[in-house]
Amino acid sequence: MSRSTTLGALTLAALVLPLAAGCVDNASSDDAEALTVSSTADACTVSAATAPSGTITFSVTNDGDDVTEFYLLGDDKLRVVSEVENIGPGITRDLVVQARPGTYYTACKPGMVGDGIQAQFTVTDSGEEVGPTGDKAEQLAAAEKQYVAYTKDQVGALIAGTQEFADAYKAGDDDTARELYATTRAHWERIEPVAESFGDLDPLTDAREADLEDGEAWSGWHYIEKDLWQPAPADNGGEEYVPLTDAERQQAADDLVAYTQQLVDEVNADDFTFEAFQISNGAKELLDEVATGKVTGEEEIWSHTDLWDFQANVDGARVGYEVLQDVVQQEDPDLSAQLDEQFTALDALLAQYGSIDEGFTYYDDLTDQQVKELAAAVDALSEPLSQLTAVVTAS
Amino acid sequence: MSAPTDPSSTPPDEAAPDPGPPAGVSRRALFGGVAAAAVAGTAVGLGAGYGIGRATAPTTSSAAGTFAFTGAHQAGIVTPAQDRLYLAAFDVTAKDRDDLVALLQRWTTVAARLTQGLSAGPYGPASGPYDAPPDDTGEAADLPPAGLTITFGFGRTLFRTAAGVDRFGLADRLPAGLIELPHFPADNLDPARSDGDLVVQACADDPQVAVHAIRNLSRTAFGAATIRWTQLGFGRTSSTSTAQRTPRNLFGFKDGTANIKAEDATAVDEHVWVPASAAVDDPASAWLVGGSYLVARRIRMRIETWDRTSLREQENLVGRTKAEGAPLSGGAEFTEPDFDVAGRGGAPLIPLDSHVRLAHPDQNAGVQMLRRGYNFTDGNDALGRLDAGLFFLAFVQDPRTHYVPMQNTLSRDDGLMEYLEHTGSGLFAVPPGIPDGSLVVGRDGTPITTDASPFVGQKLFTA
Repeated sequence: MSRSTTLGALTLAALVLPLAAGCVDNASSDDAEALTVSSTADACTVSAATAPSGTITFSVTNDGDDVTEFYLLGDDKLRVVSEVENIGPGITRDLVVQARPGTYYTACKPGMVGDGIQAQFTVTDSGEEVGPTGDKAEQLAAAEKQYVAYTKDQVGALIAGTQEFADAYKAGDDDTARELYATTRAHWERIEPVAESFGDLDPLTDAREADLEDGEAWSGWHYIEKDLWQPAPADNGGEEYVPLTDAERQQAADDLVAYTQQLVDEVNADDFTFEAFQISNGAKELLDEVATGKVTGEEEIWSHTDLWDFQANVDGARVGYEVLQDVVQQEDPDLSAQLDEQFTALDALLAQYGSIDEGFTYYDDLTDQQVKELAAAVDALSEPLSQLTAVVTAS
Repeated sequence: MSAPTDPSSTPPDEAAPDPGPPAGVSRRALFGGVAAAAVAGTAVGLGAGYGIGRATAPTTSSAAGTFAFTGAHQAGIVTPAQDRLYLAAFDVTAKDRDDLVALLQRWTTVAARLTQGLSAGPYGPASGPYDAPPDDTGEAADLPPAGLTITFGFGRTLFRTAAGVDRFGLADRLPAGLIELPHFPADNLDPARSDGDLVVQACADDPQVAVHAIRNLSRTAFGAATIRWTQLGFGRTSSTSTAQRTPRNLFGFKDGTANIKAEDATAVDEHVWVPASAAVDDPASAWLVGGSYLVARRIRMRIETWDRTSLREQENLVGRTKAEGAPLSGGAEFTEPDFDVAGRGGAPLIPLDSHVRLAHPDQNAGVQMLRRGYNFTDGNDALGRLDAGLFFLAFVQDPRTHYVPMQNTLSRDDGLMEYLEHTGSGLFAVPPGIPDGSLVVGRDGTPITTDASPFVGQKLFTA
């Protein structure tokens, strides 16, 4: 037993080391300067008051009894170069920064109040190139603005399409409803991380039958999807599908429009913002959605219109990346090039199967080999995309 | 021969020259401790007690690496979790109750033998009539017992099939707790990896010993039961004893820090064993008093997307640090989480949708489970992703109070669910143990099967 636990620990160490090194931007771990910080009620002890420029890691341990934060401040003691928050007592968390030569201040803030316990910290010139960061804040602000505008545009198209879809469905014009289904949903799928940020709206609008608890009421797109593409008993747990009554149809359509309108209202509210890290995380989450739902055909089990959703998720992720592209190009040109390449490759592969406007191949008409090829392209893009947030939030 | 590493040992066939009675002691008896037990059994004679009794608290491995098979409770529950698992669910094909009982008698005998380091049959893998197949398959011949435990359970369909048929006259003894588990949000269960009339959990520190056990039990069952599904677990994800280090699951996090530990007798009595009071409310479950319920869930992890998730999100989803397993509210691994501690903006340090918060007894009417899960990987799917995850096993006093409500909460609200998919499921009633000293032994002092042999779950068929 002890033999295997030792082995486990060794394996873990072997795994963790290269990964941790990989997180530290592109600098090798050898170059990274590791410092320790001990934060207590009345002290903020940094293991050294100076470090060479480049990647610096502060390993911050909360040795006090209150929740603490650690900051690296500019020479004005106000500008936050980087920070790590919410460190519980006894817990150690890393702050990894790219620092250029100059005078800084370290600060611990036990209890998360006041100016904190500050000390001067000098970064000497190591000769290592550290990217420019001057206008990053402005670039991020511009990115947030662009992305919010994109979101508003998409929800505008979504509510219009949803109303049209709901009207056709209520009127019993199932052919039109089926035609509008996938193209309308594309507007939803492009901004799904935004919808998810509003709690219950996502499940109310987009829950799949399998997502429900026993006896829970079902609403939204997939509830109607099932009624438009009614399953044979074999695909319905052996039970005969019972079509929705007229009254149920009216209700389902009205609910869908109402929930969508809520989303529109939230997005158009004065205080709606979507921060840069949410955009980059959202881009990654969209690809995760593709990886777990669309490429497996689980999202649209009745209509098999998974590729429409797939394309829309990729569109949304691409916009998220593009609004941040200036920052990425500046901070990590290699990552930017990789993302450009993989987005192009995935879009080209998808184009072989159609487009949102012209229609796609239905999921159940894809061969296993084609699905695997699509999944591999998603993975190839997702891996570099998962690095995006760290680049955006890095100091 | 049975002990090729030690040619000087007395071969079993020399020890018992008479070909009549079963002779071979055992391959593994020659390794030490167990041989002494076997000899003691011989001295006392037929029908005498065999093995060392097991108290309510787990007995530690003897020098030979065995756990007692008999006792108030079956082994393999509060036993310190071994490193490997092989679990098999069976469909019973026996035509009548007598055939079912005969199967359980044979299984009990074989399990009693294997767990003590003996061969499946009295001859062993390389002895016996030359024109007959060996009565043990042999792949564990040179291996130590490796702490093997074998634990049996009964599925709901043993009592009443899905179509409502009472095949063995047991329907009126279906315990109320042996429910059909409800559909939990996001369940994607494969019927071919779910349910079953019988379940056998084999745990050992050597995977080959565990597989050997299931293989020989399956062989013993031919004609009476067939394997429905099996699950191999390559690494334990829970500790069930304070003496064990907390292992990690495939998310890379420590798992089971807050598990019930065998040393906590009060918690074990309160949450694991079916109490006598259960039989008052539900007389049909009288036979199960002292037993437990086993919940088995095959939980696939979407490890590829998980690996793309930031450390911040990983820790927030779990509610603990990745390195130490400390709750995000502070402290070390075994510090109680403090759900009230708030950080920036007044948001709790342990997020509302974190696993540790939602699964904590405080959020679940104080109920606890004894978890005994294992990491698994079953090759890959068609998309080139590992079909890997956690094979969740938990022993509980009553799944209606100790499992279903919590799983509903987790499946609905747990942020981790984005990376999880339940693909298999089973619920089994686990009978109490068979009494110390009740095993029937042959002339060599090792357990044999006769009409009078005791069996696991005997009270279900008698009394």
